Parts: sequence; structure tokens; C-alpha cells
Amino acid sequence: MAVKKVTSDTFETEVLKSEKTVIADFNADWCGPCKMLAPVLEEVSDELSEVKFVSINVDDEETLAEDNDISSIPCLIVFKNGEETNRSVGLISKDELISLAKE
Amino acid sequence: MSMYDIIIIGGGPAGLTAAVYARRAFKSVLVLEAKSCGGQIINTPDIENYPTWEHISGFDFATRLTEQAKILGTEIKLERATDIKTDGEIKTVFTPHGSYTARAVIIATGSAPRKLGLPNENELIGRGVSYCATCDGNFFRKKKVAVVGGGNTALEDALYLSDIANTVYLIHRRDEFRGETSTVQKLKERENVSFVLNSSVTALNAEKGLKSIEVTSNSGAASTIEVSGLFVAVGRIPETRSFAAVAELDDIGYAASDENCRTKTPGIFVAGDNRQKEVRQLVTAAADGAVAAAGAIKYLSEN
Repeated sequence: MAVKKVTSDTFETEVLKSEKTVIADFNADWCGPCKMLAPVLEEVSDELSEVKFVSINVDDEETLAEDNDISSIPCLIVFKNGEETNRSVGLISKDELISLAKE
Repeated sequence: MSMYDIIIIGGGPAGLTAAVYARRAFKSVLVLEAKSCGGQIINTPDIENYPTWEHISGFDFATRLTEQAKILGTEIKLERATDIKTDGEIKTVFTPHGSYTARAVIIATGSAPRKLGLPNENELIGRGVSYCATCDGNFFRKKKVAVVGGGNTALEDALYLSDIANTVYLIHRRDEFRGETSTVQKLKERENVSFVLNSSVTALNAEKGLKSIEVTSNSGAASTIEVSGLFVAVGRIPETRSFAAVAELDDIGYAASDENCRTKTPGIFVAGDNRQKEVRQLVTAAADGAVAAAGAIKYLSEN
């Protein structure tokens, strides 16, 4: 499964109403660590089919960033049944991402 | 288990440059990187002081250097090195996934931002507390923020943020700055920058995210400043704790070495920002990498 781009129009259906656990990656084009993390997310999304991975560009989606209290990126938020259960800020390793996804 | 000629711990500019030099000398090389290659330079939007490029982003620099090391045949594993044991000439490097052996090791682990050490600091990272103004400043448009620190990084962060934020408080525990006087002067000319001197940040008050900070003056008087962002610029800590047995570390943790990047342990070298030295720049990290690799190559030929 690839990482799916999500906007304010699709956030509710793709994230909040998802039956699977969702990891939402808040990122931006100018953010180096975000660009480093992107291929790791792609890789892990292929390995873990039980988790849905989505990507949200904070410059295009300012309201989503604000609603989710994003003040540093990359920020990964774990959503289960529409609720945030965990978040991780900054570049993390593949191992750390897998354990975040499997929690 | 196969043995490498050289294991390099850390895939930042120092480690990857060492890999380039070692591979060009046909040594077998393993780079162990804890997160993702590139090091802290990936946070820099625009590099303007590295020879050959007038402008390059830290991400592009890191990507090109990683590619260069890979094309030359460097093996890279994304595993955090946690310990080194020496048995005569054989060095074993341990990671959570296993162990690897080599005849020479280059420690190029860089550094991490120093934290204030306040109780809820870690929980507020990404919810108001930041260690990188150029990375996170844009999230504080028209808001009130504080910068804590007295060196160049703190001054430059305050200047950068004064263009974005509504108000910037610059908090420093002394009444003079270690950073450049010209930057202090520029800050004094900014109407939205206020200086809070002879004071330290002593508590972080949060609701959903950071709401205010408690600032205590050196005389003991405490006050509260409402801010939604706190940028911490109180220096960096070298990532050397795991290697105290093989390299001599100073009070802060910087590894002692001679000008050829040799530590007290024969065959173990240090390179980059974790090394005791005056200038910590991209180009000096790369230079250390070359020097350490040359030292390791020489060590291998003599032993």
C-alpha cells in the first residue's frame, strides 16, 4: 500500500472514519527531515498492510495542521477510531516507525 | 561473520565523507546510521558556505553525498551503534540487531540539541517546544514566541523569528551575549524583540500545547510570559556516551583526539561535530571524515 495524499476534503473519510489504524504524516516540501522520512513511510506502508499511511502537506492544508496542533514537522499522528492515540515528532528510524505503527 | 576493514558509526557529512575516502582506497566499509543518512545538515534549508555550490539545500547535499558513498560501494545499515568492544586489533560494534567486526572504527555520531531538562519538555516537543527555528518558525506566524540561549544560534533564531512572529522574547541567563555583537545590534533595532536577561526558563505551562513559560531571574524573582512557542538554543550535546570506554571524553562529552582524529584507542578514530575542536561546520565535518579515513587506511596497512 502506498502512502495516500489526504486533503481537508478527504480527511474525515480517509482518517477519522477509517476502520484501520491510520498514521498521518504531516509534512512540507521545504522540510528536509520530512523528505528523508517519506521513503521510509513508503517502505513500511508496503510491509504493514494492516495500517493505513496518509500524507498531509501543511502548506496546502493549513486548517488541518492547525486543527491537529502541528507546530513541528515531520509529525506522525496515530489515529484509531477517529481519535489520536499517539504522535511522534521529528525524523525517526524504520524500526521506530514500525513500533509506532504496531502499538 | 565477515569482517570489515572499517566500520563508520554515523551517516552524516563526516561519516559519509570518510566512507568515500575509504572506498576509493578499496577498503570494505560499513556505515551504521541510527536514523537516516544525512545528519543534522538536512535541517538546513540553504547552504551557502560549502565550496563549489553557491546554494544547495541540506537535503540535496545529504542525498548527493549518500549517493556518492553508495555508488563507490559503501554498505549502509540503518542500525544504532550502542557499544564498541576491542579485542586487540579486532573491534566489535554492537547494535540492537547484532554485532559487526572491523579492524578500524570511525565514530562520526555528531551531536543533538541540548535540552533545558524541564519535567514536561519532552511531551511538548512538537506542541510548542522546538530546537530548530528555521524548521518550525512558520507554525508561529503572528504568535508570541520565546528563544532561550545566548550564543549565535539563539541570536540568529530570534532574528529569524522576529520576521514571522508577533513578539519574540529573548531569554538569556547572563546580561551579555556570547554571540556576535552585530546580530545583537540588529535585534535591538527590532521593535517586536524584547530582551529578558539574567533569567532562566524554569517551568513550561501547558494546556493542549505550550501556553506560557515561567522565567526566574538570577535574583530569584519568578514571572510568567505567555508564549505558544519556545525555541531552545542552549548548545548541543555530542552523541558519544556509548563510546566512553574507547575514547576520552571531556565534561560535555566531546571526544579527545589528535589532529589526525586518532582517539586513545589504536584503530579508533573520531570525526565531525562530536570531536573536541573549535570550528564545527559542514566543511570541517567533511574534512574530519577525510582525515579519519586516511588515518584508518594507514592504521590498516601498518597493523
